[in-house]
This record gives sequence, C-alpha cells and structure tokens, in this order.
Amino acid sequence: MKYLDEYRDADATRRYADAIARLVTRPWHVMEVCGGQTHAIVRFGLDEMLPRKITLVHGPGCPVCVTPIEMIDKAIAIASRGDVTFCSFGDMLRVPGSTTDLLTVKSQGGDVRVVYSPLDAVQLARDNPARQVAFFAIGFETTAPANVMAVVQAERWGLKNFSVLVSHVLVPPAIRAVLDSPRNVVQGFLAAGHVCAVMGTADYEPLVRQYQTPIVVTGFEPVDVLRGIYMCLRQLEQGRAELENPYARVVRAMGNRAAIAQIERVFHTVSRKWRGIGEIPDSGWALRPEYRQFDADERFQLQSIVAEEPTECLAGEVLQGHRKPYDCPSFGVQCTPDRPLGAPMVSAEGACAAYYRYRRHRQGNDEGRRTQ
Amino acid sequence: MCLGIPGKVLEIVAQADALPMGKIQFGGITKDICLAYVPDVVVGEYVLVHVGFAISKIDEQEAQEIFSYIEQIEALSGETDPFAAPRHDSADGESVEGAQGEGEGQV
Repeated sequence: MKYLDEYRDADATRRYADAIARLVTRPWHVMEVCGGQTHAIVRFGLDEMLPRKITLVHGPGCPVCVTPIEMIDKAIAIASRGDVTFCSFGDMLRVPGSTTDLLTVKSQGGDVRVVYSPLDAVQLARDNPARQVAFFAIGFETTAPANVMAVVQAERWGLKNFSVLVSHVLVPPAIRAVLDSPRNVVQGFLAAGHVCAVMGTADYEPLVRQYQTPIVVTGFEPVDVLRGIYMCLRQLEQGRAELENPYARVVRAMGNRAAIAQIERVFHTVSRKWRGIGEIPDSGWALRPEYRQFDADERFQLQSIVAEEPTECLAGEVLQGHRKPYDCPSFGVQCTPDRPLGAPMVSAEGACAAYYRYRRHRQGNDEGRRTQ
Repeated sequence: MCLGIPGKVLEIVAQADALPMGKIQFGGITKDICLAYVPDVVVGEYVLVHVGFAISKIDEQEAQEIFSYIEQIEALSGETDPFAAPRHDSADGESVEGAQGEGEGQV
C-alpha cells in the first residue's frame, strides 16, 4: 500500500539504525508516548536494533490502558440494562472492570456491539428509535474529531435515544506528569504523530522550553520511528532541546482546524483519572454543559459508581516507565491476554500485551535493558 | 488505538444536510469514510483515516523527505560512498570497492 510499505523498507530501517549507532556516545532514556509506537517497536524489534546504551520507555499513550476502572464499571452498568444497545470500539470489551468485563456482559445476553466508527452508533440509534443507544467515547485527541461528530450528528437528527459515555484523555498533560515525577528517567520524547495531526504542535512548545526536553513528532512505521529516535538522540547528544516534526507528511503545525473547531464546540477540558497513574489536572475532555442531554453518565445516573484499582497489577509503574512488563510477578502467569489483570495486557497496543505476544520475557533478549 | 491508515480518495459524495463522505481505497479494500475534516480534498489525493474519518491529507512532497534525509546524514558522516548511490554516476570508471575504501567526508 502506498504511504505504508515504503516506510517498512528493511534497507531504510537498517540505515537509520546504523546512523543512530554512529551518533550515540552516552546512555539516554527516550519515551515513545503512543501505544501504537510501542506496538511497532516491539513487533518489528526496533529496540533491539538500537545501541545498548539507549533505553526506550513505553509511555501511557494507550487509551484502552488508561481508561479508569470506574469508567469500565459505568460502561458495564449501562450495557447490562435490557433497554440499551451499548456500542464500543472492540478493544474495550475485554478490559477488566471491578468484577466483570463487557465481553462477559455480552455473553450473558447484554446487547453489546463493536463498531468501527462512532457514526455507526448514531446510525443505529436513528434506525432503532425505541431503544437507547449508548456509545463508549474513549480515546486521545486523535479519536475526538470522530467522537464529537457523532454527538453533532445526533443533535442534527434530533435523536433522543443516543448518548455517549465520554472518557477522553490528552497527551501534553501526561507528558508533563511524567516530567514532574520525582522518579522520572525520561530525557526526550517521541510525540504521538496522529494526536498532533489533529491538534498541531503548539502545545508542546511550552514543555520543551520549561523542561529543556527534546520532543520529536513521530510516525508509526519502522522508518518513521527510527527517524524520530535519531532526531531526538541527536538533540540530546548536541545538548539541544527543541520541538521537531519529521512526520510532516501527515502533521501540520496548526493541526486540523476544522477538527479542532468541532472539538471545542462539543468538549471542554476537565481533570481526569488515569488508570494506574491517578488524577492528572486538566488532562481530559468531557461534554460541554450545552450537550449534557447526550451524556450517558447523567442519563443513566451513574455518578455514584466509584471503584478502586486492584493492587496486584503493576500497570501504573509500567505506564510511567518505572518498570518493564516482565518485572511484574503476574506477567505471563496470572496475567495473560486471555485473562488480563490490567489493561496494558488487553489492548494490542498495551506494553504488557506487546511484550507477551512478541515473547519478551525477562530471560530473553531484553535482559540488561531494564529501566532500573 | 490511534492507528491511522493511508488511503486514496476514489470518489467524493457531497449531499445537502448530510456529512460529506468519500469512497477511500486501502490496498484492495474500499470503505465509506467521512471527509468533513478534509474539506479541500480532491479525488486522487491520499488521506489518513482513523475510525471512519479522514483526519489529515498526506503531503506528497513531504512523504519522500525521510529518504533524502538519511542520504544527507550518511553523506555527512562520511561513511557512505557517494559514487555507489544511484543518483551519482561513476563517470570516471573508479571501482565501487575502491571508492568505498576511501571513506571520504562529503559536503
């Protein structure tokens, strides 16, 4: 496929890896923020092409992994009602809530549907006026244009039976939280390319300046990822801290203006809990009060649902880069993709699932690559 | 989750009171995709698609830059042989092996 295959070219990938090997003189810790990048790194073995001095820290940029457990419990509460069709992206179905998951609700007769696009959920509501249709609107900035359009479309069609359970999170506050941690080891960041395609790059300038940390907007294919790593390491080696965008075929500095305008019309910024990390100020989006008639949380009166996270899962440590997945005693034993204890084992983009799937165990090639 | 797939715009369907949609080709598959966020896209261009929406147009000129950049940094490092690169013809008949042995710095 054009614009995909050429960025997986083995020769170009190797040449970037060689350029990195020639460049590096000291140990560095670089975080790839996005779970899609984590998956590409582990799937294609990109981390193993790097000098041993370089540690890639897998960041919290997997929305499935950071959706708080009480949001999952709310989704389960809605999906368990007989009068509701609950629509979700497929990844969310096996994420464990406090006691069960959406897939189990479905297997017990709940009307849970996997949709490709949020517009499919709105169409379902229009086609079934006698049923309530709720959509689990999760995601980072990348997914927000689609999710808000579902609300706008429902408003345009005057639908009374459509609602959204919103659990949206934002990348720049998460980077700030990583940098503010007293245990932080990360010295440079690969920013999530598709988040920047929507929002642009301006929000990263203050982070670069305040923390004197390089941030490089990076794509998702092997050549893109190594290009981002090369540019980040070059800044670190040269003692520079700048915002660079080598993913310019997709990302414009001002982002997608039409999408930003629609997001600002429907969402406003709120503080959000992140699974495994805790509350981060101003780190998410929720429906504006003008759109509260579409808020599933209000429609189904779920505000009383709160939940504590299980303590046996080290997801928070993994998502902040303090531990590698194989440092968890449950990894691959009690916790597997079939029976996940925590969300990073569920999503294909979760660090734990990627390590499990591509056979990265403590005794394997990663020995000596641990963060601490 | 933030997966984005590049696809080619085959057809644009704009109707009054409906979202602008398009037929987008991904390799051998064609899907109906919402084009509301790429209002100036034309048939034949490539877009990046995420959960049923085109969120960005792909810039053809920028798309090749990543390959010229690696050539530049290789030239700067002095470790590659400029005569072996396809865009330079070895007019003087010097052997590739001999030229590689020089390892001379470039530009």
